[in-house]
Amino acid sequence: MLKIENLHAEIDGKAILKGLTLEVQPGEVHAIMGPNGAGKSTLAYVLGGRPGYEVTEGSVTFGGKDLLDLEPHERAAAGLFLGFQYPVEIPGVSNVQFLREALNAQREERGEEKLTGGEFLKLAKEKAGLLKLDMDMLKRHVNVGFSGGEKKRAEMVQMGILDPQFAVLDETDSGLDIDALRVVGDGINAIMRQPDKGVLLITHYQRLLEVVKPDKVSILSDGRIVRTGGPELAMQLEEEGYDRVMETA
Amino acid sequence: MTEALILPTTRDEAWRYSDVAALEGMDLSTFDDWRDIEVPAGESFRDVIAITDENTGPDETVLHRLRVRLGEGARCELFGLIAAGRLGRVEVVVTLARGSHFELGGVTVGGRETTREFVTRMAHEEPEATSNQTVRSVHWGKGTGNFLGRIDVVRNAQKTDAAQSFKGLLLEKGASVNSVPQLEIFADDVKCAHGAAIGQLDESARFYMASRGLSPDLSRRLLVQAFIGDAFVALDDEEQREALMQAALDKLDRHL
Repeated sequence: MLKIENLHAEIDGKAILKGLTLEVQPGEVHAIMGPNGAGKSTLAYVLGGRPGYEVTEGSVTFGGKDLLDLEPHERAAAGLFLGFQYPVEIPGVSNVQFLREALNAQREERGEEKLTGGEFLKLAKEKAGLLKLDMDMLKRHVNVGFSGGEKKRAEMVQMGILDPQFAVLDETDSGLDIDALRVVGDGINAIMRQPDKGVLLITHYQRLLEVVKPDKVSILSDGRIVRTGGPELAMQLEEEGYDRVMETA
Repeated sequence: MTEALILPTTRDEAWRYSDVAALEGMDLSTFDDWRDIEVPAGESFRDVIAITDENTGPDETVLHRLRVRLGEGARCELFGLIAAGRLGRVEVVVTLARGSHFELGGVTVGGRETTREFVTRMAHEEPEATSNQTVRSVHWGKGTGNFLGRIDVVRNAQKTDAAQSFKGLLLEKGASVNSVPQLEIFADDVKCAHGAAIGQLDESARFYMASRGLSPDLSRRLLVQAFIGDAFVALDDEEQREALMQAALDKLDRHL
């Protein structure tokens, strides 16, 4: 459902992605691991369409559409969700208002009925419960004053509410303690582990992959996928480190 | 006998960033019409001023000049939106008696070649009075928003607490905002806080909002709403607050 071919991208003229090719099928969780500076976050931002990240070559198709041709908000309406490594604080805008406007904007773009305030609150309550996030948190301003762990849980509540076809999760496990990691991992499973959905799970560490079991694991290094394997590849990385595993690639 | 009216120039501190040429287009016989508001001891007064397209033509000059005298323990709240006319100006001179409070929440929005400004002077003449002023300006095109706020605290006005906050948001290159805090404090046991910040829309917030499905127009509207909301927080009449917010945001929607 997501097909990336020979993707090259640069920031301020500096090449970061250098011919990245990757495909994720419906029903698949595909983990991307790699050392610092390999281009993991750049990949996430390029898929989300962040201004300043320029694609110089290659293509990305999502559900048959040219993803790179869509504006960031159109990508969201097409069913793409980007989970941020550092979720942004938006003072003055409550989570409830933000998410209701966002969901209704997506629904409108897709030609669907908008949700009423009551319908939305019911949905928000259900998803907040799933992530064990207090409903009061959703009445507060977006990410303002949230701890690192709360931001990541709120991020997953957003994902639950927006119910995307495909999620690109950029180091969703960073800043989480063991218990929160379990809650977030269970949340990802509950929301995204479905035959018609896909996940690109970008992570540094094996520990999230013990909860969200990937179907495939790829290693990203210097802007390219250097190796793809099954879940055992993540275990091997944990034991041997990137350098040794990549030597044998 | 009428005295000849001498119009201000930009050399006058209180008109420094104003569009003085726009004064020639107004009915000058009303130039010195000050509205006097007396709030007796212990009483409260609130007014809302909205200069909008509904009551003001695009080339008009509109001045609201208010003189407020607060008795002991009195309270006055003034909320204003300046969103229309070539020059829109709300000028407020407040004299505060012991233990009184003055609250100003002001918003200017505008594009084209317009000037919209709040010019205030707080005269803290007795102890223990408080004043709080919050002004937010959102401009585009060649629009200008100004807040000139003077605070005078006389020698015996101990325990004065006077606060001023200004923030400007520039949506396009070419727009400008100016903030001039002027504090003259002769008492030694006072709190006078003032802050000014000028910026543009936060691009990382806009991308974050876009990634959740909000179009650039919608994210801008939400961010501007949050930005100007500060100025009307103290207005506890929800209907009036909503009407002011709506009028400000409509202006933005019509012109951007």
